[in-house]
Amino acid sequence: MAKVIITLGNDISTDDIYPGRFMATVLPTETPQFAFFDRTEFNAFLKARQFPAGSVIVGGENFGCGSSREQACSTLKGYDVTVVAKSIARIFLQNSINLGLTVVICPEIDAKEGDDLEITDDKVINRTSGKTYAQVQMPASRKGIMDAGGLIPYTRKLLKARA
Amino acid sequence: MGMTVVEKILARAAGLKSTKAGDVVEPKVDLAMSHENAALVINQFAEIFAGMGTAPKIWDPSRIAIIFDHRVPAESPKTATNQKKIREFVAANGISKFHDIRGDTGGICHQILPEYGYVRPGYVVVGTDSHTTSHGALGAFSFGIGATEMASVWSLGFAVNIEVPETIKVIVNGEFAPNVGAKDLILHLIGTLTAQGANYKVLEFHGETIRRLSTSGRIAICNMSVEAGATSGIVPGDDETVRYLRDEAGVTDPITCVTPDADARYVRTVEIDASRLGPQVACPHMVDNVKPITAVLGTKVQQIVIGSCTNGRLDDLAIAAGILRGKKVAAGTRMLVFPASGRIYAKAMELGYVQDFMKAGAVVMNSGCGPCLGVHEGALGDNEVALSTTNRNFKGRMGNPKGEVYLCSPAVAAASAITGVITDPNAN
Repeated sequence: MAKVIITLGNDISTDDIYPGRFMATVLPTETPQFAFFDRTEFNAFLKARQFPAGSVIVGGENFGCGSSREQACSTLKGYDVTVVAKSIARIFLQNSINLGLTVVICPEIDAKEGDDLEITDDKVINRTSGKTYAQVQMPASRKGIMDAGGLIPYTRKLLKARA
Repeated sequence: MGMTVVEKILARAAGLKSTKAGDVVEPKVDLAMSHENAALVINQFAEIFAGMGTAPKIWDPSRIAIIFDHRVPAESPKTATNQKKIREFVAANGISKFHDIRGDTGGICHQILPEYGYVRPGYVVVGTDSHTTSHGALGAFSFGIGATEMASVWSLGFAVNIEVPETIKVIVNGEFAPNVGAKDLILHLIGTLTAQGANYKVLEFHGETIRRLSTSGRIAICNMSVEAGATSGIVPGDDETVRYLRDEAGVTDPITCVTPDADARYVRTVEIDASRLGPQVACPHMVDNVKPITAVLGTKVQQIVIGSCTNGRLDDLAIAAGILRGKKVAAGTRMLVFPASGRIYAKAMELGYVQDFMKAGAVVMNSGCGPCLGVHEGALGDNEVALSTTNRNFKGRMGNPKGEVYLCSPAVAAASAITGVITDPNAN
C-alpha cells in the first residue's frame, strides 16, 4: 500500500518539476533539492522527507511535457516516489525508464491526497475510495530496460554481448 | 503497404526492408547533438564503462556535435566549470563538430546544425534537447532524448528500442496574408491538436504552402512540433532542402531526399487553409492556449523578445527590422533581440538590421538561448508580461513564475514593441 502525497493537474511541465534555472546542477545526488521549486509547499514537503519510499505523486494528462532535461526524473527519483499519471509525455517517460523512476500510466486514475493506493502489475486500486483502475502496460521493448535496472546496465549488457 | 517518411528512414537506419508504426527498431544514429547538458552525458557515459572495467570509447566522434548555447557566456562558476569540463572532453576525444562561445562560429544548436550542413535528408538525428525536432525541416527524423540515452548512443552508435511512431499528415495550402507566416501556422496547429494531441507521433508536413516555405520557416514549424507532443515534425526533403544545403550550408557531397509512398498509412490527416489565418498568439501558461490576436489586442507588455531557435533567423530579423526602422520602442517597454547564430548576427549587421534595432532602442544580445530559458538574462519582474517569438510560455519559463509569457511571430512582436501593447502588425 502506498499513500498519495501530492496530486497535480494536467500538462505538468518539466519546468514545473525542475525549473530551467537549476539546469547547471546535473548530479542525481544534488537535483532533488530543486524538485517543484516554484511550488514552495511541495518543495518543502518533499525536502522534509516525512513519507515512506514508494509514496505516490498523482498527475493528470501529459505529465512531464516540455524539455528533455533528465533532472526532472532524477529530482523525483531522489525521493523514491512513484508517479501515477493519466498520460505521460514521451521524453519524460523514456527518461524515467532509463533512470529507474517508477511511473505508472493509469488513464482513469482518481485519487486525493492521503488516499491509499495498491499498485499491482496491471491495476491501481484506490483502497480509500474502493475503486479499481486499469494501467496501460509498458511495451515489451521498454520492459527489457526496466528489467535490467535502467539504461546504463542495459547498455553494458549490449556492449558485453558485442565484445 | 507504403511507408511514411519516418518509416522509410528508420527502415534504412535499422537495416530493414521496411518498418511500420509500432515496430521496435534499433536505428543507427547519423548525428548525436548535445549542448551544455553534455556535462551530464559525459558523467553517464563514464558510468557505463566504469561498471565494465574497460576504457570508455565513443563509437564515432565525427557523428557527435556539441554546441554551447544555453548559458553563454557562462552566468556562474558552476556553468563555466561544466563548459570547461566539456571542452576538455571534446579535445581528448577528437570531437570536431564543436561550437564554443564565439561571435563567428557560435550560436544556438538548432541553427548551427543546419547552417553547417551537419544534418541531411534521411538522417536519424538525436539531441539532448526537446527542440531537436527542428531538424525535421531538412527531411531528417530528428528527436529529443535524455542525457542517459545519449550516453548509450555515444557507446553503441544506435538508439535502443525505438518504437516506430505513427504519423499525422498535415496538409497546408493557400497564401499567407501579409505579416502572417510559419509561426502563426504552427501556433494555430498546436492550438488545434492541443499540447498532447501528437504525443508519440510524427507530424509530416505537405501542401503548396510548405513547398513554398523557406527552410527557415520550416525549422520554426518543426521546432515547435514538440509543443503538440510530437516525437518529431518532418518536411520531406525537396528542391528547397537541396538549395539550402548547397547554397547556404555549403554541402557538396550527394544529397538524397526521402519522400513518403503514395499509399503510406497515416493515423490522421489535418488540412489547413493558410489564407484564412491571421496573426496567432499563445497565451499564458500553455503553448496550446492559442488565440487569434484579436482576443488579446491592447494587452500591456513590459518585455519584447525576438530571437531563439524558433525565430532568430535572418528572415525573422528582416521582418522585425522592417517594422521598427525609423520607429522607437515604447517607453515602459524593453526589447531584446538575440540572433540564432554568429553568422546570422554578422549578416544582420551587413544588412543594417542590427542598427535598425539599436536605433529603435532595442538591446541586441549575443546568440544563445538567453531569455527563452530565463536562466541568466532577460528575466521578468513579478507580474510583468513578455511577448516573445520563442517556443515556450510555461510558468517560470522566462525566469520568474510570477511573470507571464505570450508567444507570437516576429511581425507581431515588432509591431507591439512600438506601441507597448499587443498590436496587430496589419493594423495601419
